[in-house]
Amino acid sequence: MNTRIGTRETDDPLLEVEDLHTTFTLGHGSVRAVDGVSLTLHRGKTLGVVGESGSGKTVLSRTIMGLNTASNVTISGSVRYAGEELVGRPSKHLRSLFGPEMAMVFQDPMTSLNPVVKVGRQLTEHVRYHLGLGKSEAEKIAIALLTSVRIPEPEARLDAYPHQMSGGMRQRVCIAMALACGPRLLFADEPTTALDVTVQHQILNLLAEQQRDRAMGMVLVTHDLGVVAGRTDEIVVMYAGRVVERAPTTTLFAEMRHPYTEGLLRSIPKTSEAKHTRLNAIHGRPPDLLSPPPGCKFAPRCPYAQERCRNEEPPLTDPETPGHSFRCFYPIGTPENRAAYESNLAAGLPQTLAAAGQLLATEEVA
Amino acid sequence: MAGSGTAHLRPLDEVLLRVEDLVVEFPAKGGRVVHAVSGISFDIAKGETLGLVGESGCGKSTTGRAILQLPPPTSGSVVLHGEDLTKADASVVRSRRTDMQMIFQDPISSLNPRRYIGDVVAEPLGVWGPKDRDEQWRIVAQTLERVGIDPDLARFKRPHEFSGGQCQRISIARALVLDPELIICDEPVSALDVSIQAQILNLLEDLKRDSQLTLVFIAHDLAVVKNISDRVAVMYLGKMCEISESDELYARPAHPYTSLLLGSVPEPDPSIDVSSIEVVEGELPSPLAPPSGCRFRTRCPRVTDVCATDEPLMRRVGDDHFVACHHPLITPVEVGQATR
Ligand SMILES: Nc1ncnc2c1ncn2[C@@H]1O[C@H](COP(=O)(O)OP(=O)(O)OP(=O)(O)O)[C@@H](O)[C@H]1O
Ligand SMILES: Nc1ncnc2c1ncn2[C@@H]1O[C@H](COP(=O)(O)OP(=O)(O)OP(=O)(O)O)[C@@H](O)[C@H]1O
Ligand code: SF4
Ligand SMILES: [Mg+2]
Ligand SMILES: [Mg+2]
Repeated sequence: MNTRIGTRETDDPLLEVEDLHTTFTLGHGSVRAVDGVSLTLHRGKTLGVVGESGSGKTVLSRTIMGLNTASNVTISGSVRYAGEELVGRPSKHLRSLFGPEMAMVFQDPMTSLNPVVKVGRQLTEHVRYHLGLGKSEAEKIAIALLTSVRIPEPEARLDAYPHQMSGGMRQRVCIAMALACGPRLLFADEPTTALDVTVQHQILNLLAEQQRDRAMGMVLVTHDLGVVAGRTDEIVVMYAGRVVERAPTTTLFAEMRHPYTEGLLRSIPKTSEAKHTRLNAIHGRPPDLLSPPPGCKFAPRCPYAQERCRNEEPPLTDPETPGHSFRCFYPIGTPENRAAYESNLAAGLPQTLAAAGQLLATEEVA
Repeated sequence: MAGSGTAHLRPLDEVLLRVEDLVVEFPAKGGRVVHAVSGISFDIAKGETLGLVGESGCGKSTTGRAILQLPPPTSGSVVLHGEDLTKADASVVRSRRTDMQMIFQDPISSLNPRRYIGDVVAEPLGVWGPKDRDEQWRIVAQTLERVGIDPDLARFKRPHEFSGGQCQRISIARALVLDPELIICDEPVSALDVSIQAQILNLLEDLKRDSQLTLVFIAHDLAVVKNISDRVAVMYLGKMCEISESDELYARPAHPYTSLLLGSVPEPDPSIDVSSIEVVEGELPSPLAPPSGCRFRTRCPRVTDVCATDEPLMRRVGDDHFVACHHPLITPVEVGQATR
């Protein structure tokens, strides 16, 4: 069974992404959906990728997994899986990695399930294809998998069609399917966004448990800072295709440095706050990736933006704490940031007034 | 027969809307019945925001629509300004619609894609407002200003030319154009990004403050509901579990379901140990055959025999805090006992 690449259990990273770019060429221009992303993931660890709609989370995951293969896609940079470079490898090779090496769980379970085939058959065929097992052997494994994802009466469930199950149950089946061949890297792209909070809690617990038991590396993609807070080791915050901040989870929440990360956290309502607490909305909306602003992509919405931010793009650096990098000229917590805030406030910059809660809700839109 | 009780209702002359023993059933295959909403009661005072929370399928939207008589409920009453809409003539109900408007989750598809924004927002005026087109546009322009949309820029554009957040502002303008008293917001921010969601929540708060609007705010996000609501009602499988002033509900949940629901909310705080939080076990029962007694009993950690035989009625556990549970987390106040 030792056909795996890089089976040495070492401290080498399981996944290393460096300066990855994914560009879509469209009739009227090009979209740099992933624009220079670097990240590292070790075995048994969970990396959270957070950002709002359109920030490039899904394109990033799909690019790493080699699933962006359309002719209008240009990819550059490096993706090393267990030491092996994947960018530029033929898609046939990448497909052979799906299942035993990498697997993916999507937001909508129906992307991976066939609506007209019974769940049992989908699972057993998947197992038979990848593990080359006989029918009854595969069925045993299917039942064991359904049991491991806590589906009650798994034998009876083999005969069910996806539509006869609840959304949470369907997502469990997808997780079972993703885990079937014992992958070492699992991508979960908004795995609970379509589910109720109690079901979300169950599914995230299940993923954490499976990840621990199997020492998998996991990339948890979500727009919800709450979801990643308690369930990741490290977080990457994306904005307009770029990583704007990257840090170990506790560090990120304790000392966030990037204005967008701060804005994201301050704009979400929290159950610990009193009712009618005024929310610090981020002014305006994300840039159109067909014509992104020059300089810092967040500058048009940033309460601290200065002239320099509008002309020059800040690099991703970790000037103070190794492992905590961010992309900003006036990071939170610095005297420069404070001065920028004061001068923007005095100048009546709308995004600064919005952050200070001095803008009407009718003016928060740009 | 057993409803969920009405101990939490306030005198009729203190409220704008009272819904009592509301039942909504839908026919299903094989002569079966979907018990979507099964005997819930609540009221809303003028200028108040009532949050309705609960998980998918618990009957939130059905309740919201039943207030508007879309469709009229199977039984129960919906009393607006002292008038029972379930017994009123269709023409009365229709004219009452100017007082009650609804906003939906998906802002883009709830607006007619082929029409100009100016006309989309003016639509309700065509039926109920002034007939003069210039007068209509004056009202529309004013309303668009109130939601932060530039009327002259938007007038001859179509919905797809706007972002999701802007479309939600436009739907809010359409709901406001007849100057209603009550707006039922059905998941108005669920489809929006968090930075835009905050803008819309702030907008609704401002509008409410400026024009004494009364809101029913339906959502499954408990943090969003707390932020905007004065009172919150928690629903489970067609029943109401608990209703309370918002801060009190979140600080001291009395219903085991509310407590589990609150525990499941992912908080943006890494110091919380999520693995130690109790989960709601099992699956949601089918609304075709809801459990007897308390509908939560099949998943409830505090269940006893009485929960299967008797339906719990609403009891007071605090000043403005009521729970329908045989074994609540807070001891109910005895009838007649002073709470203030
Ligand atoms: N096949 C494609 N062709 C052109 N542009 C694309 C394609 N796929 C994605 N994009 C663009 O790339 C950007 C990033 O999209 P992506 O789906 O990765 O965002 P996301 O962060 O996953 O958002 P969401 O939270 O909505 O899932 C978007 O601007 C999107 O429109
Ligand atoms: N027109 C209908 N015909 C049959 N069943 C219906 C109809 N409308 C709603 N239902 C059922 O009634 C129950 C309550 O549905 P409702 O849409 O009110 O729930 P909800 O709380 O709004 O859920 P969600 O959070 O998913 O919007 C569900 O079981 C639903 O399937
Ligand atoms: S301060 Fe400048 S560089 Fe930093 S996020 Fe704001 S606009 Fe970008
Ligand atoms: Mg995505
Ligand atoms: Mg609904």
